Amino acid sequence: MALIDTINPLLTTGWARGDAGWSLKDYEARGGYAQLKRVLSSKMTQDDLIAEVKKSVLRGRGGAGFPTGLKWSFMPKAAPEKYVVCNTDEGEPGTFKDRDLLRFDPHSTIEGMIIAGYAVGAKRGYNYIHGEIFEIYQRFEEALDQARAAGYLGNNILGSDFSFDLFAHHGWGAYICGEETGLLESIEGKKGQPRYKPPFPANFGLYGKPTTINNTETFAAIPFILGMGAEAYLNLGKPNNGGTKLFSVSGHVNRPGNYEVPMGTPFAKLLEMAGGMRGGRKLKAVIPGGSSAPVLPADVMMDCTMDYDSIAKAGSMLGSGAVIVMDETVCMVKALERLSYFYYEESCGQCTPCREGSGWLYRVVHRIEHGQGRAEDLDLLNRVTDNMMGKTICALADAAAFPVRSFIKHFKSEFEYHIENKKCLVDPEVQKMGSGFFKAGAA
Amino acid sequence: MNTQNTLLSPELSAEALKKIDREVAKYPADQKQSAVMAALVIAQDEKGWLSKETIAAVAGYLGMPPIAAYEVASFYNMYDLQPVGRYKLTVCTNLPCALSGGVHAADYVKEKLGIDFNETTPDGKFTLKEGECMGACGDAPVMLVNNKRMCSFMLPEQIDALLAECK
Repeated sequence: MALIDTINPLLTTGWARGDAGWSLKDYEARGGYAQLKRVLSSKMTQDDLIAEVKKSVLRGRGGAGFPTGLKWSFMPKAAPEKYVVCNTDEGEPGTFKDRDLLRFDPHSTIEGMIIAGYAVGAKRGYNYIHGEIFEIYQRFEEALDQARAAGYLGNNILGSDFSFDLFAHHGWGAYICGEETGLLESIEGKKGQPRYKPPFPANFGLYGKPTTINNTETFAAIPFILGMGAEAYLNLGKPNNGGTKLFSVSGHVNRPGNYEVPMGTPFAKLLEMAGGMRGGRKLKAVIPGGSSAPVLPADVMMDCTMDYDSIAKAGSMLGSGAVIVMDETVCMVKALERLSYFYYEESCGQCTPCREGSGWLYRVVHRIEHGQGRAEDLDLLNRVTDNMMGKTICALADAAAFPVRSFIKHFKSEFEYHIENKKCLVDPEVQKMGSGFFKAGAA
Repeated sequence: MNTQNTLLSPELSAEALKKIDREVAKYPADQKQSAVMAALVIAQDEKGWLSKETIAAVAGYLGMPPIAAYEVASFYNMYDLQPVGRYKLTVCTNLPCALSGGVHAADYVKEKLGIDFNETTPDGKFTLKEGECMGACGDAPVMLVNNKRMCSFMLPEQIDALLAECK
């Protein structure tokens, strides 16, 4: 799915020609690798480069929103062996932006990673690519070959004394590897089970060496930030929420797809860009930042702007920018049942509260959905989440808990109706119509 | 005849080993184990699925204990530790896909093939799997064919065409 619409395109400038505009010569023709050349030829200091990224207030695009420049500054200067790792293990339900970034413009990520390597003093990098997108992995490998042949990767890049090489590591189906230390374990050829933090990857990362890990979109933004200047980039968005952001809009809209808009764009505008609600139906709820983010009811969401602070104030998270739109044909119990199954299936099994708790959440929501719910089940679900949140090595337990708590909080009457009447509040025939799979009249 | 031998023996072909060598070269010399995920994929592509013997052969080639390779093979969803049909279809039914027909698409395939998830048609042609998020929710319903080919916007007409194309 190519980009459909944008305001102030940066990251998506290269997407206009779809699959025809991704190669090195296309990227160079639109100014690609100019920033790497400038950094190397001007012998920009690492501190100046990091200061510039800090000034842009680029916040991590993978979900946590941590300031990128600050993260880079944590890397110890003296360490002889360091790594830069890109997280393209895009498996958060609702998120599909990094796939298109690497499909239509892989070199912006490559250039961003090389510049990051220069800034933190790393000589080697890896891009961990989601298992299910093999075609994209192949394209990225091809782009790496192009960059290597052109002298952007390898020893003494462009005649400088800076050497850096970059490789792609292909995942094979484990959501947990999107967690940065699970991802590192996976590159090391192990099960992707997250590590205790601290130590953080900046001190103990890949192969135990200092490592900077950022999301694909974060790296891809670097050349654009350096090109336009940190201040101009920051001013595209709003204070503390610099720049533009890709939003993956899925669900009940007329034109699902990726949209690049400045931080702070009203949700209503984004919805309008996505073609509005499918079939002109009424908006019921939105998960604004990937399936792990708390769901928000329609009226709360319609008042939000798309940036970290506004969404947080409304009680959810901007996360990865995955906007899952649900209309009035959705049974919220069934929707939650599917999400809870996902976390149950993907829990790595390392921590008891998550391994056992995610199963409890799924089974209890499942029994409510299937007419076996008990009056005390909603309290039970909340109690189980109390015993999961903040009690595990990584955030998957919290990610499993947030949907459960927020669905119950905002749509409690629908859950109660299910328990009392042993059926959905939304008529199953209406639910069936919502997906658009069946042609009108043929269902 | 060679193909038959390759399928039955846990040993990997010279071509597969060459591919594995290319993966090993991506990592520091003392970190060969990093290539185990890719090596298992290469082995699965060649053998159709991963028997314990094949996994052990991969481990041996990379100089790691067989159990360490088995841990990896059993942790990641797309390794097949049991034989599958010639075409493994994986349908995403996660919420964003379901909102645009993912579950209905899976039901449609089940009806067409007469099998449920995790089953193989009696002629050994198709295996059906339920998938988790493939990172392509804007293209829903989405399906993977044999782990590597993604098919987008799979409405009844497109599913019919895909099934007809699989010989």
